[in-house]
Amino acid sequence: MDNKNLPQEEYKYGFHDEDVSVYNTGKGLSEEIVRLISAKKQEPEWMLELRLKAYRQFVKMDTPQWGPDIKNIDFDDYTYYIKPSEQQEKSWDDVPETIKDTFDKLGIPEAEKKFLAGVSTQYESEVVYHNMLQEVEEKGVIFLDTDSALKYHPELFKKFFGTIVPYTDNKFAALNTAVWSGGSFIYVPKGVKLDKPLQSYFRINSERMGQFERTLIIVDEGADVHYVEGCTAPIYSKDSLHAAVVEIFVHKNAKCRYSTVQNWSSNILNLVTKRAICYEHATMEWIDGNIGSQITMKYPACILAGEYARGMTVSIAVAGKNQIQDAGAKMIHLAPHTYSNIISKSVSRNGGKVNYRGTVRHGKNAAYAKSKVECDTLILDKLSTSDTVPTNIMENATSQIEHEATVSKISEDQLFYLMSRGLTKEAATEMIVMGFLEPFTRELPMEYAVELNQLLKLDMSGSIG
Amino acid sequence: MAQLEIRNLHVEVEGKEILKGLNLDVDPNEVHALMGPNGNGKSTLLAAIMGNPKFTVTQGSITFEGKNVLEMSVDERSRAGLFLGMQYPQEVAGVTNSDFMRAAINARLDKPMPLFKFIKEMESTIKELQMKPDLAHRFLNEGFSGGEKKRNEIVQMKLLKPTLAMLDEIDSGLDVDALKIVAEAIVNMQKERSMGLIVVSHYERFYQLIQPTHAHVLVDGKIVVSGDASLVKRIDSEGYDWIEKEYGVKVEEISDEKPKTAVFSLGSCAASTKKGA
Repeated sequence: MDNKNLPQEEYKYGFHDEDVSVYNTGKGLSEEIVRLISAKKQEPEWMLELRLKAYRQFVKMDTPQWGPDIKNIDFDDYTYYIKPSEQQEKSWDDVPETIKDTFDKLGIPEAEKKFLAGVSTQYESEVVYHNMLQEVEEKGVIFLDTDSALKYHPELFKKFFGTIVPYTDNKFAALNTAVWSGGSFIYVPKGVKLDKPLQSYFRINSERMGQFERTLIIVDEGADVHYVEGCTAPIYSKDSLHAAVVEIFVHKNAKCRYSTVQNWSSNILNLVTKRAICYEHATMEWIDGNIGSQITMKYPACILAGEYARGMTVSIAVAGKNQIQDAGAKMIHLAPHTYSNIISKSVSRNGGKVNYRGTVRHGKNAAYAKSKVECDTLILDKLSTSDTVPTNIMENATSQIEHEATVSKISEDQLFYLMSRGLTKEAATEMIVMGFLEPFTRELPMEYAVELNQLLKLDMSGSIG
Repeated sequence: MAQLEIRNLHVEVEGKEILKGLNLDVDPNEVHALMGPNGNGKSTLLAAIMGNPKFTVTQGSITFEGKNVLEMSVDERSRAGLFLGMQYPQEVAGVTNSDFMRAAINARLDKPMPLFKFIKEMESTIKELQMKPDLAHRFLNEGFSGGEKKRNEIVQMKLLKPTLAMLDEIDSGLDVDALKIVAEAIVNMQKERSMGLIVVSHYERFYQLIQPTHAHVLVDGKIVVSGDASLVKRIDSEGYDWIEKEYGVKVEEISDEKPKTAVFSLGSCAASTKKGA
């Protein structure tokens, strides 16, 4: 589609680049390509330098030697930068039937389907989107795609970017820093509380779904924001390597909730680094759902750096045929009286593998810190497996970590009970699974919860032997 | 042919024969009291009629309205009009009573019941059983007292409107007031719908409220005596000893059936792997 036809006011939000030329770096990655990406984006020198350093680090570093086996990723087989206008040339015909089918069953409108499938960059929710923007803009909130934020808010950007997920953190953080594109940038000024969630879903920008998106959220003192990323409907992408980085800064007395349900198509390696830092009396909540993709490695982290800071992660991981969901949470307590809570619910079926991998560390200074970890796994058949790999580290004498873990299958007694009221075995199983995941779904905004329920139901059908 | 017809029924649990050739007929508008010492097969009979997979029918037949019940899955039996109010109702976390009941009602309708109609019906049933209105939004039996679970079974029975209901010690865990409320709800429904009933209870007081038309004593997997309500009275005052003498069967309590608690978690682990069992 022709960007020139977009409403003029779009420019001031920077939702698309002025340069509409088709651009594709081709397969593989080199210093040259990193320079090209930066040049195409007309970035300041410091960002180019950072990208190059990150690239060198990426080349030097090994892939993680733990967790799912990803040692054989051929990094030369991926394309690292495609301009949005080219992405649009993907055709609806290329979208797999299974995905189209799911869209149909979910009753998603035609325009939205194409948007979700990455075939179109725009669908008809501009009005909703603009209303939302107007409302938050009046309060001084900045809500932009990350590229535009670098352009229009360079000082703020530079102050925070890459400070809690440095490019040296891990190979995929290095990769992301070298080639990042798109993502969301949010700044909520002091004392501003947003009662409605900000949703990236309405961000009309194809780069939102980029392979290497970079999200930066800064919640200033006493502010409160709920950010909802993506949507629960399956997202199809031809690009099969996704390495996103999310950095969140929650200042004194502030609160941030980040909700996401990842449902990439089954060809995707989803390797994400998500980290938040919480200062005094700040609260960070990750609501994190993992349903799609072939391999997921994702462990949202909270660094509780200020006294009385609180971190919470409520997550689900659902692994089906040929899927490995390696997910969990990290809570790093660095200050006294900090509190963290992890609730993880995992389901594996049809031979899927689902792991909980989590770390809770109470540092020397985290006197009187408390943590509660609860991870439950439901395994639906004999083909499916699960591991629970918790790491709890306590470096002081006054803190407490509570850890509970259960692994179960669907109980025959429960099944008989539900079936004795007329539910088929499929419906009864589905109901037990949905009930198992309820601690997660209840945290989602209503429309997401409804969509997720529907989606999981579709997902379940045919999974009972 | 009776509505429910059981002939020469043999049932095993974990390889052990519990029912050893049982016959029973139940017709609409009949209320059958099933008595006998613990462990002689009362609960087994009800579970086998409903199709609990732990109970294996090795011989005999069960037909309901002329259809072969043994060929039906558990849910088909429910949709055919059978209902079992259980002795130990299961707890299901995360599933609300109303979501469950709505799914169960809609499972037997061609078109789903309109939401408003369902809410009204559920509310009035909850009221009739004198339970708190938040019952609809609580998770299925989770954290319920013994009495609440039993009342909830009757809420379910009223909403599902079975043709033939079986109630397994539905009175246990109920205090005197609750017993009256539950009995009244059962009797009203039985009369209104000419429903057939099979009731297992150890208490004459409950039978007084329910007013059985038939009574049976089940000993060692067989019905040894059948009669009318007077049989209930006699057992209440004299126990089972006279049956031993008059009918020449040995009557003994066989190790009490332990409550099967809701085992949802099979185990807890730190770094271990548990594969699907």
